[in-house]
Amino acid sequence: MKAFTVSKAATALMLAGLVLLPLYSQLSGNVFILTLFTRIVILALAAASLNLIMGFGGMMSFGHAAYLGIGGYAVGMLAQEGVGSGWIQFPVALAASATYALVIGALSLRTRGVYFIMITLAFAQMAYYVASGLARYGGDDGLTVYKRSDFSGLVNLGNRTQFYYLCLACLFAVLILIWRIVNSRFGLVVQGLRSNEQRMQAIGFPAKRYQLVCFVISGMMCGLAGALLANNTDFISPAVMYWTRSGDLMVMVILGGMGTLFGPVMGAVVFLLLEEFLSQITEYWALIMGPLLLLIVLFGRGGIMGALGRAGRG
Amino acid sequence: MAEPLLRVEKLVRRFGGIIATDNVSLDVASGELHAIIGPNGAGKTTLISQLTGHLEPHSGSVSLGGRDITHLPAYRRCALGLARSFQITSLLLDFTAADNVALAAQAHAGTSFRFFADARKEKGLRDAAHAALDRVGLLHRADVVVSRLSHGERRELELAVALASKPKLLLLDEPMAGLGVTESQRMVKLLQELRKEVSIVLVEHDMPAVFALADRISVLVYGRVIASGDPAAIRANDDVKRAYLGDQHVVTHHG
Repeated sequence: MKAFTVSKAATALMLAGLVLLPLYSQLSGNVFILTLFTRIVILALAAASLNLIMGFGGMMSFGHAAYLGIGGYAVGMLAQEGVGSGWIQFPVALAASATYALVIGALSLRTRGVYFIMITLAFAQMAYYVASGLARYGGDDGLTVYKRSDFSGLVNLGNRTQFYYLCLACLFAVLILIWRIVNSRFGLVVQGLRSNEQRMQAIGFPAKRYQLVCFVISGMMCGLAGALLANNTDFISPAVMYWTRSGDLMVMVILGGMGTLFGPVMGAVVFLLLEEFLSQITEYWALIMGPLLLLIVLFGRGGIMGALGRAGRG
Repeated sequence: MAEPLLRVEKLVRRFGGIIATDNVSLDVASGELHAIIGPNGAGKTTLISQLTGHLEPHSGSVSLGGRDITHLPAYRRCALGLARSFQITSLLLDFTAADNVALAAQAHAGTSFRFFADARKEKGLRDAAHAALDRVGLLHRADVVVSRLSHGERRELELAVALASKPKLLLLDEPMAGLGVTESQRMVKLLQELRKEVSIVLVEHDMPAVFALADRISVLVYGRVIASGDPAAIRANDDVKRAYLGDQHVVTHHG
């Protein structure tokens, strides 16, 4: 029998908390916390998608926020043009993200290491400037989404609780999907390539094909997060694609624990709660946040999940 | 004579001004264990790398079973039945021994674009992995992560990984490198067993092992094959003696 571990208990507690949160919000009358956690769940989804390529695939993408923008703009632009149906908006968001990932991935995966980081960053910045140049869709100022995606009455995205549960369901679905992928034939090949590419080529696997497919899957997952994010803020602007946002996603993944299933969720929760509460205490919250993250990353090898794992053993 | 399994013709590879592989031609017959020996820096690993597809030759050709594979990438050669072990152990360190071997089996058992089913529960792959591990005497270590295996065990695992792809031809780059005396003896015994099933090209420094195992030996010095023949002929060959006794200008003189 598998032993009870601290990290498992913490994960279970966190997931239970996420599921029960609307109940707490209802009882306490604290609406703000539900809004905050909707954002956390959406960005946890984005971080989980980044973890698929970064943690499991060893592909350090520094341009993952681009998909948040692409998914968001797909929703915003279609809404602006009078297409309000989520049945169209969301598939378009996924298709656009997949296309972008396919092109960017095919070019970026010719490089390795630092060059891969820099080239994914460069492409994301290009996407940022393209979005800034879309005069019809608000350019720099961004685009207000006047009506949330309409899923023909199935779920009402205007209802806070329903929208929260939609986001949570998407997060859980993506986590299950990642879990299955990681343990599948495909997932083992991708992880093998992270571990030793030369060996994988020698036993007969063409590296790039598998990495590219993984890159596209990850991009689509993050595009979904983008579509949800635009609905959450009723607004989309180039700022969500800026490189600092890509950096935030990386920090969430590393903070929570790269290459673990629930690490990125944990990382997103801790990162965004810290950001929220520190910014209430002082204007200079980043001065506290920065060193704090540095300490966790330096001394908590394997992030929060790693630290919890050690606490369980020791 | 029937078509050889592996035919190398006039292979040339330069690194700047150095000719690391100088017009090398050799044949490996089916069922043969062909050893390649030579002093340090003779270009043995360079030659092997061109056979496996990790390095492009500048001219010449390599064919496997009559098919020209000179310009095929490594993974395609593997699919055609060429497997290799690395001189410096190259394994997936954070995977278990069984996972390492199962992945090699997976590469040769249908598509790996399967996203949902648990690959570790595929009986065919697990059985193949366990069979290959058993073959090299590592079955009891199947579920140990590679980074915790000893050097000797990793060498054996390299062999199991190569075997799992059911190769026609096994290229072994110094399988005894860094092994102790008893480990070496075990490896020789193991190779003696394996050679009954698969053709082998063996690059090795351990002379007693080479002479005990090989059907034919090719001697590489400064990138050239200076002699090729059965062990008795090589033992008697004057050029080879000179190369190994260190009187090297007699040898360089040829080139």
